[in-house]
Amino acid sequence: MSTIHAHEIDNTGDVPGKRAPLVLGHTDFHQVTNTICRPNEMRKPPMAWYIMFGISMMLVMNLGFVVHYLIFTGVGVWGLNNPVMWAFDITNFVFWVGIGHAGTLISAILFLFRQKWRTGINRFAEAMTIFAVICAGLFPGIHVGRVWLAYWLFPIPNQMDMWPQFRSPLLWDVFAVSTYFTVSLLFWYVGLVPDLATMRDRAKGKVQQMAYGLFSLGWRGSNRHWHRYERAYLLLAALSTPLVLSVHSVVSFDFATSQLPGWHTTIFPPYFVAGAIFSGFAMVVTLAVPARELFGLKNLITLRHLDNMNKVILVTGCMVGYAYGMEFFIAWYSGALYEKFAFMNRAFGQYSWAYWIMVSCNVITPQLFWFKKVRTSIPLMFILSLFVNVGMWFERFVIIVTSLANDFLPSSWDRFVPTWVDIGTMLGAFGLFGVLFLLFCRFLPMIAISEVKGVMPQADPHWEGWHQSHGAGSNAAAAHSANGEHS
Amino acid sequence: MTTLTTQTGTSTTTAAPARLYGLVAEFENPAQIVAAAEKIRDKGYRYWDCHTPFPVHGLDKAMGVQRTILPVLVFVAGAAGCTTGLGLQLFTNSFNFTIWALVWVTGYPFLISGKPALSIPAFVPVMFELTILFSALSCVGLMFLMNGLPKLHNPLFTCDRFRRASDDRFFISIEARDPRFYRSKTEADLKSCGAAAVEAVVED
Repeated sequence: MSTIHAHEIDNTGDVPGKRAPLVLGHTDFHQVTNTICRPNEMRKPPMAWYIMFGISMMLVMNLGFVVHYLIFTGVGVWGLNNPVMWAFDITNFVFWVGIGHAGTLISAILFLFRQKWRTGINRFAEAMTIFAVICAGLFPGIHVGRVWLAYWLFPIPNQMDMWPQFRSPLLWDVFAVSTYFTVSLLFWYVGLVPDLATMRDRAKGKVQQMAYGLFSLGWRGSNRHWHRYERAYLLLAALSTPLVLSVHSVVSFDFATSQLPGWHTTIFPPYFVAGAIFSGFAMVVTLAVPARELFGLKNLITLRHLDNMNKVILVTGCMVGYAYGMEFFIAWYSGALYEKFAFMNRAFGQYSWAYWIMVSCNVITPQLFWFKKVRTSIPLMFILSLFVNVGMWFERFVIIVTSLANDFLPSSWDRFVPTWVDIGTMLGAFGLFGVLFLLFCRFLPMIAISEVKGVMPQADPHWEGWHQSHGAGSNAAAAHSANGEHS
Repeated sequence: MTTLTTQTGTSTTTAAPARLYGLVAEFENPAQIVAAAEKIRDKGYRYWDCHTPFPVHGLDKAMGVQRTILPVLVFVAGAAGCTTGLGLQLFTNSFNFTIWALVWVTGYPFLISGKPALSIPAFVPVMFELTILFSALSCVGLMFLMNGLPKLHNPLFTCDRFRRASDDRFFISIEARDPRFYRSKTEADLKSCGAAAVEAVVED
């Protein structure tokens, strides 16, 4: 194990002409493998893992119960009423799809921009994406009411001799979210294959060897394979980049193409995408902070990584704040009576408390990230990321419920109050997410081993350490010179 | 240079003599493997490969690996996805004719919210999603297929030393079926490239 700890080296600042190291305290590739595989190879995970798993598992059991209750009784068990036909279900759907955006952003867009720091966090951000999209998919699935007819969503010949209506954004959503899930899963798996081969080669037990061996597909690090692999990875990144921007745009079309005041705005697609990245990065910080503490990954997910993520949160938080302001401006500037009312009602109507929770969590708190002290303080960033998570949940609630509850005719106005089933389903989704994520932490390498090795200075064949000395002494020389670089 | 350890064949004495799969040479760092790959390439070997824990920059050129045609194939798949998306939507929502697609199915020209039967702009999102879906699936599928994976077993896996190819060591393997492969000469070639160790691998 490494003897140099993260706090000894500050890699959060940039010295002009020199690159701050992304990997601290590891002087050779073998140490990196050891550090990343340790959580998967320890006999027992830390106590905190068991506690979190227990809580999550209870929430999942509760989810199973409320979903069955819903299916056997009907959607009337939710607090939906005549004007408010979408509430917690769609709020949770949009929230989870949004969370899912950070993973693909980190893996695809930052890859295209050659942001090497992504290698420390891309694996579990991608895992988070997949689990978040699973949670998201749950809600429209159970919201259709008669779940046994959910296949009507797909263009499959059915007993009515009818086809889905392809001019509806709701159907675009079906295609967008399922494509997104498939492509994210592929991206994640392709990245995992070389690391699974590492796990296979290190496995002590027969079962582990078989399981990791099966899923690593017989990968043997062949350079002829790496060549096609890198091409495929680049192509996947290029394909996922427009995809990730399209998914939340399509989700926003569900609202924007309707005639409802508060929904019918052209700003929605970019505003939703910015919000999705904002909430997704907050969730990555929420997960990364405890994970790196618990599993000893501080030298690989360094303060620099967290600092960078907090900068992304700040930028996207400003975009979201701008969008909130612009919505109000357009509502006034358009002169549309209903539009004006919808926004005044949001800020001062029956759900004003939700609106102000949203504004304070999404616009005000991220502004603290202007200060480097806050961006590099572990407890502060953890608390702020939780605020952002809460704020983004409320954003979707505000958009959906306030617009529906007070629409055109005052006689049809109503109020949405969540029932225990609504709340149980929402908590259950968090449990499902937690269980999947904790299992991932236990059984799969949390950091992309081969990618992290690839961004170490030692990975470069022209690295000075390889040419100063040869043979047996080279590792020691490498170690020495790698440390020298930090100072 | 470290000691050149050479294990000649496997010591297990089986009834039939094991066939030689090839030789594996171990290198300690990326600089060594790139230099060695250039030399092996220049000696004219064909059935050989480098094995590294991560893609090493410059190794493709050092080995003389040809650029893959994968992107062209993915483009074709993407175009097929786009066409499928358009065809699916036109058939199901714009026209009224019957085709056989495993069962007899008939299209239904929905007229919704005043949009024309051929409302291409409304069909764009699904066309786009299917383009991405087809491209991504074919990209990953073809990449593994062209790499000859999944292939869970390979004689190289019988070599204990080779396990470090996924950790921190760099290997060159030269297969015995190569026309230029002569056990002693190839071994000498690998050693002259600065291999830390050369080991024979047998087929099993």
